[in-house]
Amino acid sequence: MSQKGQNPVNQQLPNSFRAGPDEEGRFGLFGGRFVAETLMPLILDLQEHWNAARKDPEFKAELDGLNRHYIGRPSPLYYAERLTEELGGAKIYFKRDELNHTGSHKINNCVGQILLARKMGKTRIIAETGAGQHGVATATVCARFGLPCVVYMGATDVERQAPNVFRMKLLGAEVIPVTAGHGTLKDAMNEALRDWVTNVDSTYYLIGTAAGPHPYPELVREFQSVIGKETREQMMAAEGRLPDMLVAAVGGGSNAIGLFHPFLDDKDVSIVGVEAGGKGLEGEEHCASLTAGAPGVLHGNRTYLLQNSDGQIKEGHSISAGLDYPGIGPEHSWLKDTRRVEYVPIMDQEALAAFQMLTRTEGIIPALEPAHALAEVIKRAPKMDRDQIIVMNLCGRGDKDVHTVAKHLGMEI
Amino acid sequence: MTTRIEARFARLKEEGRPALVTFVMAGDPDHETALKIVEALPAAGADVIELGMPFSDPMADGPSIQKAGLRALKAGASMQRTLSLVKDFRKGDGDTPIILMGYFNPIYIYGVEAFVKDALEAGVDGLIVVDLPPEMDDELCLPALDAGLNFIRLATPTTDDKRLPAVLKNTSGFVYYVSITGITGSAAPDAGKVAAAVSRIKRHTDLPVCVGFGVRTAEQAAEIGGNADGVVVGSALVSAIEASSEKGGGDAALKAVTDIVASLAEGVRSARLAKP
Repeated sequence: MSQKGQNPVNQQLPNSFRAGPDEEGRFGLFGGRFVAETLMPLILDLQEHWNAARKDPEFKAELDGLNRHYIGRPSPLYYAERLTEELGGAKIYFKRDELNHTGSHKINNCVGQILLARKMGKTRIIAETGAGQHGVATATVCARFGLPCVVYMGATDVERQAPNVFRMKLLGAEVIPVTAGHGTLKDAMNEALRDWVTNVDSTYYLIGTAAGPHPYPELVREFQSVIGKETREQMMAAEGRLPDMLVAAVGGGSNAIGLFHPFLDDKDVSIVGVEAGGKGLEGEEHCASLTAGAPGVLHGNRTYLLQNSDGQIKEGHSISAGLDYPGIGPEHSWLKDTRRVEYVPIMDQEALAAFQMLTRTEGIIPALEPAHALAEVIKRAPKMDRDQIIVMNLCGRGDKDVHTVAKHLGMEI
Repeated sequence: MTTRIEARFARLKEEGRPALVTFVMAGDPDHETALKIVEALPAAGADVIELGMPFSDPMADGPSIQKAGLRALKAGASMQRTLSLVKDFRKGDGDTPIILMGYFNPIYIYGVEAFVKDALEAGVDGLIVVDLPPEMDDELCLPALDAGLNFIRLATPTTDDKRLPAVLKNTSGFVYYVSITGITGSAAPDAGKVAAAVSRIKRHTDLPVCVGFGVRTAEQAAEIGGNADGVVVGSALVSAIEASSEKGGGDAALKAVTDIVASLAEGVRSARLAKP
């Protein structure tokens, strides 16, 4: 193993945690543009358009309009009174991104990127999806703007997420099952990259999380940061101060970076990211790339990865298909090494228990992804004072997961 | 210092014919057979050998080479074994250039400094790393060049005249022109367009230009070799190894590969004869 492969913890602390990435797309050691030459000119072109769009008041107006009238933003910041009483500690608020159109935070990013794709004159959209939430959100914006859409999905996931496959097809998307490799999310991403490299002129690759080559991690974060910006305002209105703690689930990490980023320089706000611990970190069946992985290069960026000592990428496992990815957005890798954010694993069983608890105390069925974040809240809230405040990102609703949960509870539906 | 790659292309220039560059995956279908295949390539007509470093997630490769990598990994391939394969090959062949081709992560995990040193010691002459564009030259390209390895860059149909100088800047040995926008072993390249692209690149560099991706037959090799300095064939060889596994692998794989290479070698040798 190289020294570089070990945890490079001794990086200098920055003046601001919100200044990255640099012009090369780096967050400290992480990020970058590790792509084939064929894609490099496209990525530079995307960067140019992105730099122009983010300064363009017309682009902003169009995005704000869609956020408000199509997605239904701002999403509520909800005080979970019964859950707070039940846990007997800190006040718990949920940022309710599960109430968005299509049922998760994924749509925030898709609306932003489809506007970029239109500005670039692209006529065909491709995407990868694991659980199908990003695929559905992509198919949705493609229907809204009349663009053909191809979604790559691991054959294993196509089977276990049949309702979302049908939704994508209803929305007019072509869903291509990927049998290459092991037929999961990382293979779907490989296949989407292979499509992109083949159809460079017409095609825009709408990546679903804050990962991939620069500028994707940055632009996805910016589109998702609407979550954190709203939370700040809503929190000030409700409590007159910032929260003490933020908690969010991390798969690729887009909902988490969206909530965290506007708070990174608020030193009194502690921040916790929750990874999928699967069946436990001692075995192979988990997706805790930050806790149990090592820095490496995959899918266009350097970041923490689940891999063996020869640099071969491992398959992840989680009860939640949306966390089932052996990598993580590069900014999270940097936030881990600089220790600005604490990352912890939650096991399948803990997430299942949290899923049921929320359903019964608040009448909200969460997706299994935020159920991981909730399990961490359930651990921490009782140890905190009653005048302290936790905000958790409730980033998706659980309709898609009822079959999985029923199976694990031994029920037939 | 002249590298084996530079010496080989200089000699072929004198002979007035393009190089046949052959790609096989290290450790495919198993380590011993792969070594036999590589050892047999020069006699069958290969001028330069590209040896794939197996990787679990080969984003730029089509199904043939994807499967070859997985076969090799399943049979126990690793970076160490790839380097030891080169070392064993060098015991019997001091002249044929060997280029390692693949993706950055296995090199990064091995450690860049250790990799460059061990590769040189094993007798490797050059590197092609698909996911390291010129923007990432600090990672491996510059340390490799400093140590005396050639770093062969891919130029593609999307690399326009504005970008070419950046791509060529730290390239050495030869330039690998990717004949299509796409993955290895897919669409057949349009010979006319390829010829135009090769001429365009040659206006920017004196390095030899080899063409690959989608070349499968002796006829294609002859046509493309008309103005390119080399023709790269990979998926066709790797597919032959896959097909031979039904016939018992081992010697069947060896024969399948050497037969195709012999036929391709005739193709490149006729390339300049066919042209006025």
